[in-house]
Amino acid sequence: MAEAVHIRNLVKRFDSPDSPGQSVFAVRSANLEVKPGELVTLLGPSGCGKTTLLRMVAGFEEPTSGDILFGDRRMNEVAPNRRDAAMVFQSYAIFPHLSVYENVVFGLRLKKLSADEIKKRADRVLAISGLTHMATRSPNQLSGGQQQRVALARAIIMEPRVLLFDEPLSNLDAKLRDQMRVEIRELQQRLGITTLYVTHDQIEAMSISDRIVVMNSGVIEQIGTPREVYAHPATRFVAEFIGKANFLNATVRDGQTIDVAGVPVPYVNQANAGDQLTVVLRPEAIALSDQGGDFPATVKRAMFLGNIAEYLIEVDGVGEWLVDSPNPGESGLFQPGSRVFATPSRAALHALS
Amino acid sequence: MFATARSQIRVLARDPILLALVVVIFAAILIFVVYPLAMVFLASLQDRSQWTLANYALIGERRLYRNALWNSLSVGALVGFIGVIIGYIAAFVLTRLDVPGKRLLHYLMIVPIISPPFVSAVSIVFLFGNNGLITRQLLGLMDFSIYGFHGVVWSQIFTFAPIAYLSLRGVLASISPTLEDAALNIGASRWQVFRKVTFPLSLPGVASAFLVVFIESMADFGNPLVLAGAAFPMLAPQAYLEITGSFNLPRGAMLSVILLLPSITAFAIQRYWIAKRQYVTVTGKPTASTSKVVSGPVKSFLYGLVLLFSAIVILFYGVIFVGAFTQVWGFNYTPTLNHFAYVFNVGFDTVKDTLLIAIITTPISGIFGMLVAFLVVRRTFPGKSALEFGSILSFAVPGTVVGIGYVLAFNQQPLILTGTLTILVLCFVFRYVPVGIQSGIAVLRQIDPSIEEAAQNLGASALTTFRKVTLPLIAPAFFSALVYAFVRAMTAISAAIFLVSANWNLMTVQILNQVGSGRLGVAAAYSVVVIALVLVAIIIINAIVVRMTRHMNMVRF
Repeated sequence: MAEAVHIRNLVKRFDSPDSPGQSVFAVRSANLEVKPGELVTLLGPSGCGKTTLLRMVAGFEEPTSGDILFGDRRMNEVAPNRRDAAMVFQSYAIFPHLSVYENVVFGLRLKKLSADEIKKRADRVLAISGLTHMATRSPNQLSGGQQQRVALARAIIMEPRVLLFDEPLSNLDAKLRDQMRVEIRELQQRLGITTLYVTHDQIEAMSISDRIVVMNSGVIEQIGTPREVYAHPATRFVAEFIGKANFLNATVRDGQTIDVAGVPVPYVNQANAGDQLTVVLRPEAIALSDQGGDFPATVKRAMFLGNIAEYLIEVDGVGEWLVDSPNPGESGLFQPGSRVFATPSRAALHALS
Repeated sequence: MFATARSQIRVLARDPILLALVVVIFAAILIFVVYPLAMVFLASLQDRSQWTLANYALIGERRLYRNALWNSLSVGALVGFIGVIIGYIAAFVLTRLDVPGKRLLHYLMIVPIISPPFVSAVSIVFLFGNNGLITRQLLGLMDFSIYGFHGVVWSQIFTFAPIAYLSLRGVLASISPTLEDAALNIGASRWQVFRKVTFPLSLPGVASAFLVVFIESMADFGNPLVLAGAAFPMLAPQAYLEITGSFNLPRGAMLSVILLLPSITAFAIQRYWIAKRQYVTVTGKPTASTSKVVSGPVKSFLYGLVLLFSAIVILFYGVIFVGAFTQVWGFNYTPTLNHFAYVFNVGFDTVKDTLLIAIITTPISGIFGMLVAFLVVRRTFPGKSALEFGSILSFAVPGTVVGIGYVLAFNQQPLILTGTLTILVLCFVFRYVPVGIQSGIAVLRQIDPSIEEAAQNLGASALTTFRKVTLPLIAPAFFSALVYAFVRAMTAISAAIFLVSANWNLMTVQILNQVGSGRLGVAAAYSVVVIALVLVAIIIINAIVVRMTRHMNMVRF
């Protein structure tokens, strides 16, 4: 049942609302292969084109050019109601005039399935979604989390070839969001449905995805597993958008070492001696000590966040770095103004190309 | 631009039913709205098959036509002015002040809207006519004449002030009282608050209400025909008389073009200029606070005015009701059922015809209105704004113009429809659908489009989506569209009077005929029957719409 999704050279151009005759690219030549049963998130800031891309897959937007294929079937010309790509909407889009049950079986009724079959599938899906006892309720009697479950149940009951999520958790509070995230992931893996998932929340993307597509200004910046995009960001944008990052200007000394402000830092590289590099250094990969280390620095700001302490330090002759130190409760905080030494972890460095 | 249109067509082509629908609606609007109007223009430029501007020159040459134009414009302006004052006071009192009996007064204010537009004219004849209860019987005046300027203005104020009231009610209700509180709080006097805050905020609404009343007054046919008299010519009845009396189609067409111009201008100003200058928009939560802008005595005074207007409503309808059961008004006040006997014997065919036409018109108009609203709000296709404009254009076109246009357009090949039921139904559908379209658009704009996308996503075609999701969600607009269509089909006169025939006649036309031949009792009886039918229909339509939406809400295991 699971189906691969191929997106090839997909472009979406809108007429500019401000200057007639001009056009704006919502998506510029996107290429993406989603494997059968895989969950891929489209991640990026608002306006990056991720929702437009998803809506083109659903059929609600017409691509300007390029192809969308489910398996080996080209979908460009297929009407949205024939695509078999069930979608969970950001606003849930629950039919307010129908009961929970009628919402969930809406699509099956259109398929003219037998009453027995509808009842059987509905019972199963309602049970999976924890909605069995509220089947007869009206949607406006439900909480946000319950409405979310109705939207999800209504989509998966279709046993679609592709499942689409458009920021499904953005209207929920933080606790419920964490819980629904886990539920969605478990359900998707159990059913093995190929899934495209749009979000602007990097933690959501990291926790739920097989692979992440990072988008910015209509361009795909990087496609990779959560670990890849975090540890080896392809661009400065990706490094900054996913997690926090310090950017170090370095000069290559040899194949094993780079210079940062005259301090030699071990880093295996293929570049030529003398080349300039921008190196990504994650805040949690920096150790702070008042006993000694690679880079002397002054603490400018210190915040206690419970599991970590978040520092902003001024490294002598280099500039400001963000530093996250684990378990600050055990050792106490460095106060603003105190002198410290910062030592980057060797394994955590990553040069941008 | 071209590429966009092509891609829109490609999207449309994927849903052949939708494409067909758009094409059909376009064609229908072209044939039944634009084509008759064009025919009126063409006819007005002809004389004995020669192209000429001579008809228009007559406006300058003939005093009769000049007076008709001037009279129509001045009556329209005056009625607009006074109607807006009454409407504003009533809206202010009933939305912003804490006074008893608001609900009942609200219903009394809008009763004139659902009755035949010239009921007030008949009432005025009963009360102030040559044998009027007040003028002759009570005051003993012998040489008083209500006919002419005064009669028309009074009758129209009574008929159209409720329209101003309804539109200003929405405007005043949406001005947050906290703005007034804020002004009072920084030291403004009550009068200053009204002059500097409340009134300026409602000004676009006032202008809009004035223009709507002006359009209605210009287009009004029944009141002038009953009350204007020969010495006070007005455009709409004059155009009618040119055609039915002198058989001069070109001149009738010319007069209706003259009639059309101020209406279209007012409509354009109202829609494209004022509508963009509304300060207040409906934000969802109506504020229920009462205004502190008026002092106690002023409040009592304004409330008194509203009570007075409501009392006149009751008086006018009471007079109609009593008149329907009275032997000969002014001479013999013996109670009788003769007038109703006449209506149900001699005139029963007319009652049946009217009812049948209204029953056919109502669902067509309601569904057509919701479909157009749906297409305009939810779909993109080339020529969409033209379609929207075309579909609401007929709102601004006086019925007389429409009637003449239909006679001209459908009296010849390829479409011969004059004298049929079809032409009356078509005329009513296209003439009164704009109100349904507008309310459908307003409701639809407030509904999250992803609800319909969800239906499509789950496999529903455009038509299924409309039927199973959109229509139930816009049930309130659908209801008002149905009611409006029915009420108008029962009470219309200005266009219909050109289209009735021996086979298909309407009660409103009968009322006018009876008034014309002096049988006021029969006219009153017809009016009572029309009002009763309209009330019954509203109750039935309400029940159907409630059941329709409830039914969809039920769980079917």
